[in-house]
Amino acid sequence: MSEVAEVRGNRVALEGNEAVAEAMRQINPDVVAAYPITPSTEIVQTFAQFVADGEVDTNFVAVESEHSAMSACLAAAVAGGRVMNATSANGLALMWEILYIVSSLRQPVILTVVNRALSGNINIHCDHSDTMGARDAGWVQLYAEDVQEAYDNLIQAVCIGENMDVRLPVMSCLDGFILSHSYELLTVEPDEEVQEFVGPYKPDNPMLDIENPKTFGPLDLYDYYFEHKRSQMEAYPAAKQAIIDEGKRFGEAFGREYGLLEEFMLDDAEFAVVAMGSTCGMIRDVVEDLREKGVKAGMLKLRAFRPFPAEEVAAALDGCGAIAVLDRAASFGAHAGPLYAEVTSALYSYGKQIPVNNYIYGLGGREILPDHLQQVYGDLQQLADAGQPAEPVSFLGLRE
Amino acid sequence: MAEAKLINPYPKGLTEVEMRYCPGCTHGTAHRLVAEVLEELDIIDRTVAIATVGCSVYAYEYFNTDAVQAAHGRGPAVATGIKRVQPETVVFSYQGDGDLASIGMAEVVHAAARSENITIIFINNAVFGMTQGQMAPTTLLGQKTTTSPQGRTVEAAGYPIRICEMLATLPGASFLAREALTTPARIRSSKRSIRRAFETQLAGAGFALVELLSICPTWWRMDPLEAIRHVEEKMIDYYPLEVFRDRLAEEDEGGDTNA
Repeated sequence: MSEVAEVRGNRVALEGNEAVAEAMRQINPDVVAAYPITPSTEIVQTFAQFVADGEVDTNFVAVESEHSAMSACLAAAVAGGRVMNATSANGLALMWEILYIVSSLRQPVILTVVNRALSGNINIHCDHSDTMGARDAGWVQLYAEDVQEAYDNLIQAVCIGENMDVRLPVMSCLDGFILSHSYELLTVEPDEEVQEFVGPYKPDNPMLDIENPKTFGPLDLYDYYFEHKRSQMEAYPAAKQAIIDEGKRFGEAFGREYGLLEEFMLDDAEFAVVAMGSTCGMIRDVVEDLREKGVKAGMLKLRAFRPFPAEEVAAALDGCGAIAVLDRAASFGAHAGPLYAEVTSALYSYGKQIPVNNYIYGLGGREILPDHLQQVYGDLQQLADAGQPAEPVSFLGLRE
Repeated sequence: MAEAKLINPYPKGLTEVEMRYCPGCTHGTAHRLVAEVLEELDIIDRTVAIATVGCSVYAYEYFNTDAVQAAHGRGPAVATGIKRVQPETVVFSYQGDGDLASIGMAEVVHAAARSENITIIFINNAVFGMTQGQMAPTTLLGQKTTTSPQGRTVEAAGYPIRICEMLATLPGASFLAREALTTPARIRSSKRSIRRAFETQLAGAGFALVELLSICPTWWRMDPLEAIRHVEEKMIDYYPLEVFRDRLAEEDEGGDTNA
C-alpha cells in the first residue's frame, strides 16, 4: 500500500487518475508503454514514479506516440506479458489501427481511457466520443460512475480480459476531469488482497515456446478470415459472463458487487433514464427527489457497453411507460446517439414496445445540471401520452 | 527634458492577445522574433501559421496571421498541403520537441526528404511542457523529468535525438540551424537564422528549419537565470549551435565562382 494509504487505513482521498495508478501499482503489470495526453497523463506519470521507486517490477517504456504505445503493448502481450496503458481522445484515435489487431489476436491488454472529446475542434474536456468511436474495435468497455468504481473496474478488467474463455482487451473508462481530476474518498484494498484477486498472469500461446512454434497476425484472406472473425464473435458472450462472474467475486472479496448494469429504483418505475459514467451520480439524486414528489422515476446505469447486454437491458426496462437515453457522444449521420441506437435495438429485438426519447448532452465538457435531468423526466409523461418521440434527438444545455 | 522615443515598437506580426506561457518561458521571445521577421520581410499578409500541440497550442491566437491547428505532430504535413495549393503563401509550422521530435518525427523527416518549400520553427526545451514535464526524445542523459524521476538513462530510454544533425543527412533539407534563446547576442543570431529560414522559402529553395534551444523553468524546476545557465553549460554541449546547411549561401558562392 502507498504511504498515504498506510497512514489513513484503506480509506483514502485520491484523484481519479491517482486511484487508477494505485490499482496499476497493485496489479504490477509486466509492461507499460505509454505516451502522455491530457487528461490521462497523470496516471502513467504517477506510475512512472512507482517504477523509479522500485515499487513495481514493470518494464516502463516512454514511446514516441500512441500508435507506437499500443503496438508495443500488443507485442508485449503476444510475448506473454501482462500489459497495461492509459490514454484519452486523440491518443486513442491514433491507436485505432492497433486496437483492432489487439482484439483480433485475442490479447488481454488493459487500457484505461480517460474520456475526452475528440478533435476537431481541439478540446480537452469530457465526452464519450473517443470510446464510442472505438466501440466496434473488439474491446470490452466498462464505464465508471465514480472514482471508487474506476479503481474497482480496473482490477476486475484484468480478470475479465485474461479469462481463458475471453482473452480480449478491456477499456476501463472514466470521465475526463469530472472523475480523473476530482478527489474522492475511496477504499483502496490491501496490496496482497488485490494481487490474490487478480492472480498471476497466465499467458495463452506465448511466443518462443520452442515445442510449439507460432506466427501472429499472418495474411488471412477470403479463405479463413471470415471464420476467424466468426470465432472472435464467440468471445463476447463469454466476456459478458466474465463481467458478471468477476463482479460477484469482487463483491465477495471486497464487499462491492458489480454487474453488467445497475438498476436504481427501476422495479416499479414508470419513467426511466438510461445513462453511463459520472452523470449517473446526479441522476440518482434527481430520481430520489422525484420519488419524494410521488413521481415513479428510475435509472438504468450501463456499466458494460461492450459486450452490449441487450437482453438484460430489455428485461430491466420492461414495464416502464417511457424511457430517455442520454448520450454523451454524437454519431454523425446516424438517426440518434450511439447508446440510444443500442438500447432501442435491444428493446425491439426482445419485443418491448416502449417509446424512447434521445438526448445528447455534455459534448466537449458542457456541464449537465439537475435542472436538465428534471426536464428529461418531465418530458417523459408527454412521451408516454404521445407514444413516440416528438423529436428524434434533443439536446441538453445547448445554445440553439 | 528629452523627448521619449519608442525605438522598439510592438511587432505587427503579433496580436495583442496576452500569452499564456509560464513566467520566464522563452516561447514569447521566439514568437516575437518570428513576428519581427514577418514584418521586416513584409509577408504578414501572405503568411499562414501552423499551430501544433503542446504549450504553443494557442500560437494561432498570438501570430497575426491566418492559422491552422494541426493534430499532434502533423505540422509539416499540414504545411505541405497548404503550400501545394497556395505556393505564393508563406507557410510555417511552430512546433515543440514533444510534437516534432516525438509523435511527429515521421512528418518532419519526410517533409525534409521531399524538400517541401516550408519553414519550421522548432522549440527544443528537452521536456514535454504542456503535459507537465515528462521525458522527451530530446531530454538530456541524467535529466530528471516526471517520467524519469531518477534522471534519464541510456538503458531505459536511449540517447537524446539531435534533430538538425539527423536532418542534415537529407539532401532535401535546404536550411538547418540551431540557435539558443539565452543571451542577447544569441537571440540576435536566432533572429538571423529565422530570417534566413523564411528567405529560403521565399526563394523557393526548399525545406528550412531553425531549432531554438529554449528554457522551461517550470518543469526543469529552476528559476529562469538558472535555466539559461543550464542551456549554456549543459544543452549547448550536447546540442552545438551551428548553421548546418544554408543552400542560398552555397548557391551564392557557386554563382561567384562561375562569374
